[in-house]
Amino acid sequence: MDASLAFFSVLKRDLQIAGRRRAELANPMVFYAIVVSLFPLALGAEPALLARIAPGVIWVGALLSALLSMEGGFRSDYDDGSLEQLLLSPHPLPMLVAAKTWAHWLISGLPMLLATPVLAILMGLPFASTLLLLVSLLLGTPVLSLMGTVGAAFTVGLRRGGVVLSLILLPLYVPVLIFGAGVVSYGVDGLPVTPLLYLMAAILVLSTVLAPFAAAAALRVSVG
Amino acid sequence: MLIPVHQTDAASESSRALFSAHSLTCIRDDRVLFEGLSFNLRPGDLLQIDGANGSGKSSLLRILCGLLWPEEGEVRWSGKDIRDARQEYQADMAYLGHVCGVANELTGLENLAWFARLHSARPGSRPMDLLASVGLAGFEQTPVRRFSAGQRRRLGLARLLLSPARIWILDEPLTSLDVQGVELVRAMLMAHCGKGGLVILSTHQPILIECPRHLQLCLS
Repeated sequence: MDASLAFFSVLKRDLQIAGRRRAELANPMVFYAIVVSLFPLALGAEPALLARIAPGVIWVGALLSALLSMEGGFRSDYDDGSLEQLLLSPHPLPMLVAAKTWAHWLISGLPMLLATPVLAILMGLPFASTLLLLVSLLLGTPVLSLMGTVGAAFTVGLRRGGVVLSLILLPLYVPVLIFGAGVVSYGVDGLPVTPLLYLMAAILVLSTVLAPFAAAAALRVSVG
Repeated sequence: MLIPVHQTDAASESSRALFSAHSLTCIRDDRVLFEGLSFNLRPGDLLQIDGANGSGKSSLLRILCGLLWPEEGEVRWSGKDIRDARQEYQADMAYLGHVCGVANELTGLENLAWFARLHSARPGSRPMDLLASVGLAGFEQTPVRRFSAGQRRRLGLARLLLSPARIWILDEPLTSLDVQGVELVRAMLMAHCGKGGLVILSTHQPILIECPRHLQLCLS
């Protein structure tokens, strides 16, 4: 038995399933685009103000969108019994959970990243700041998926877990939000951004290693 | 002939047992569902669990497959506690629960292929042939979303046939099956026990199975 084969089979299956639920697949991206594009409409044509708040707005949009998509994370697998089968697989559960997390990022995080340059133009963000924003999102959005998986694993057994999930996840998401949006502001102000990027990378590495174990333990509690 | 499980001599059998439960206690919502439950199973045994709705049949099966932890007691596979030898046990166990564990968006074939990679497949088994053997020939490319409840159950049965597991734990496997479906399950169980496999199932419908030892456990 090859555990990496099981990892890729879970990843492939989740992507396959997402590909067949087109409407749900587009949801996080559409939500993200709507939230961000409403700001220029509401605040009026003030390029300087928009460019100033753009990183924060884009990061809040990404965070809310990740939160929204996270709720369904394990739901359908829980309902159709696939989650039980995942738990009963002889392969290490953290490995399988990690596969589900990265599938979630590829489905929700990556499209957001790709849409960001367009939204940055909409907000009038200069090119250099857009690049910094993209780097911070590249480091930060996987963390949203990784920590989100832990929250989703805790709440999958609850029928209305949405509010609980938000309460669990928001405190975990706040540091990522602060550092992520901070990177761009530091860049604009001419301050060194590398320490913040290193911090974000450290959070990413730490959650990549630890989150699957926490989520696996939470799943055993929720499904049992 | 059905043998009530409490009439088997636990002490003399535990040494020969492949699978055994030792003083299991399950409490749910402050209600004791069962306590001090013990039994031993040898290769080829079939254990049928009876009991009224809410008597703890599903909880017992979930404890036996390792999804749920008992309040007290332990489950042993080849003499080892299943919590210590989780990987070894799960490679040798197949569970078919209330819901069949098949994804609605995938086709029957894709579901089986996924199980083959997630668990492992019996050498030489071909998913296409297995679908035909459970009466799903012609539905290979149909998404499970369009399956009837009985067809989903049949796909769950194909999963059992695909798995090399020696122990099958089945929660109400006859639900939503037609007469031929029930006959199919009967034949599968007899073949599995005949090969030295082990079956634990709960069912409300009477089912006559010829196997080396048909044990019955009644939860009240």
